[in-house]
Amino acid sequence: MQTGGTEVAYLKSIQECEIISIEQIAPQIFDMWVKNDVLAAQARPGQFVHIDCGDATDNFLRRPISICDVKSNAVRILFEVKGSGTAALACKKAGDVLDMLGPLGNAFTVLEQYRRPLIIGGGIGIFPLYLLAKQFSEAQVFLGFRCCERVVMEQDFKNVAKELHITTDDGSYGYHGYAVELLERKLAAKEGDIIYACGPLPMLRATKALAEKYNVKCQLSMEQRMGCGIGACLVCTCETTSKGANHYKRVCKNGPVFWSDEVTLNG
Amino acid sequence: MADLRINIAGVELENPVVTASGTFGFGREYGEFFDPGELGAIAVKGLTLNPREGNRSPRIAQTPAGILNSVGLQNPGVENFIKFELPDLKKHSAKIIANMSGNTIEDYCSMADRLSGTEVDMLEMNISCPNVKQGGVAFGTDASTVHKITSEVRKYAKKPLIVKLSPNVTDICEMAKAAEAGGADALSLINTILGMKIDIHTRRPVLANNVGGLSGPAVMPVAVRMVWQVASAVKLPVIGMGGIMSAEDAIEFLLAGASAVAVGTGMFKNPMLPVAVKNGIGEYMDQNNIKKVSELVGAVRVYE
Repeated sequence: MQTGGTEVAYLKSIQECEIISIEQIAPQIFDMWVKNDVLAAQARPGQFVHIDCGDATDNFLRRPISICDVKSNAVRILFEVKGSGTAALACKKAGDVLDMLGPLGNAFTVLEQYRRPLIIGGGIGIFPLYLLAKQFSEAQVFLGFRCCERVVMEQDFKNVAKELHITTDDGSYGYHGYAVELLERKLAAKEGDIIYACGPLPMLRATKALAEKYNVKCQLSMEQRMGCGIGACLVCTCETTSKGANHYKRVCKNGPVFWSDEVTLNG
Repeated sequence: MADLRINIAGVELENPVVTASGTFGFGREYGEFFDPGELGAIAVKGLTLNPREGNRSPRIAQTPAGILNSVGLQNPGVENFIKFELPDLKKHSAKIIANMSGNTIEDYCSMADRLSGTEVDMLEMNISCPNVKQGGVAFGTDASTVHKITSEVRKYAKKPLIVKLSPNVTDICEMAKAAEAGGADALSLINTILGMKIDIHTRRPVLANNVGGLSGPAVMPVAVRMVWQVASAVKLPVIGMGGIMSAEDAIEFLLAGASAVAVGTGMFKNPMLPVAVKNGIGEYMDQNNIKKVSELVGAVRVYE
């Protein structure tokens, strides 16, 4: 809008999102598509939506959920039921309308000079990696799960990855062991020119160490309990290091994606 | 059309809606959702003399009808604020309230002196932050200390001085009177109530700081009660806050005696909340044939 000759643009607003479908695909894991043109048009891999999960008494805080996939006018999110917020989300039905902010956060950096990515995810950390993997024709993807019944999105990733490796901690499906072990084999064979990772902290620490050992660029997507989700309240910090000094950056605004040499992962 | 303007210690606010310190940063983020010029005033993130990194994460926990936070005054320091944040804040019509925290009385005096030479409209002395080890709430829970720090800072404050009171006291009126006697121009209350949440599975506190400040609707009845008590006990104007989620909540504070209200934690639920509160107050006034918002201030009809 024009006001007094200066252009005023309010870039963000609350997005009303009608649920197209919601389906439980594994124990405690739900797969949801919501209709929203703005989110679909703007979402980039690694960004998230901040979802109002219900009334202020039981669910005061919004829940940050990463964007898994996008099509023309809809966005796909997957989530695990962990607390009251995600439990409330899991009870929603197709046709219900959710109030979301987004897309929020930065995104994975996808550069022309790095076209052979090694993408590693663990547990529910794999969800934002799907939209990322779709950006490449030569993505090698490593997904780690606790056990067979937790394995999700295998066919989705198979459709977009050049290679897909599934691992389970207990060996009940795929490779018996951690996804980072397979990642290291590829790095040792000089495959891949950049690493992208999202998953539990021990996986991120191991991935950061491998990136340093093999001198490969690496981006990590971080998780933290959030408040406003837009960078104002300073509760979701990530310890970063620069020129020997440590600083807390905001996961919601400066992240959730950070270069691995930027973060300390001290927890 | 209702007249929402309100005068606080000689500063005229376009309307009585303020954003509470610590919830609104320096206005940039929520400024992407609405025009900060819609606000009566912006209380900026709590400033310290030097930059502070704050506490370890997690810094937030959800509780019934509210949250606990333990940010610990992460901020860029008063000089960076003046250089990089204040010029953009002053592009809006909203008045700017610089919120100050310190470890020593001297810290507060230095900041009051420095900020008095800038374009900020008011100073808010935070003697009620529960999340820092030195200073903070320690200054705000003893009446003689409240009096001393207020009278010392008063000497350096060339702008209206607001003292932000802690609810973590036995008698908040005693603190309010001490601030008034020390030379405060206005009071703001309440800051957060010290709380704790424990994860029974890990047997660990959810917050890395173990304890934190409670805010949100859970604290509102306490806040309304304290505003009413304080507004009845002193002559100073009061900025009331604590759990406001709607215009109706804000009107409760006005009736209890607040001249202005601050919206804070509620924005995490609804980023447009300050605008909704402002518009809702206007509608209530129109419906009830109230011409000036000052007519509502302290207008609660209490039982004898």
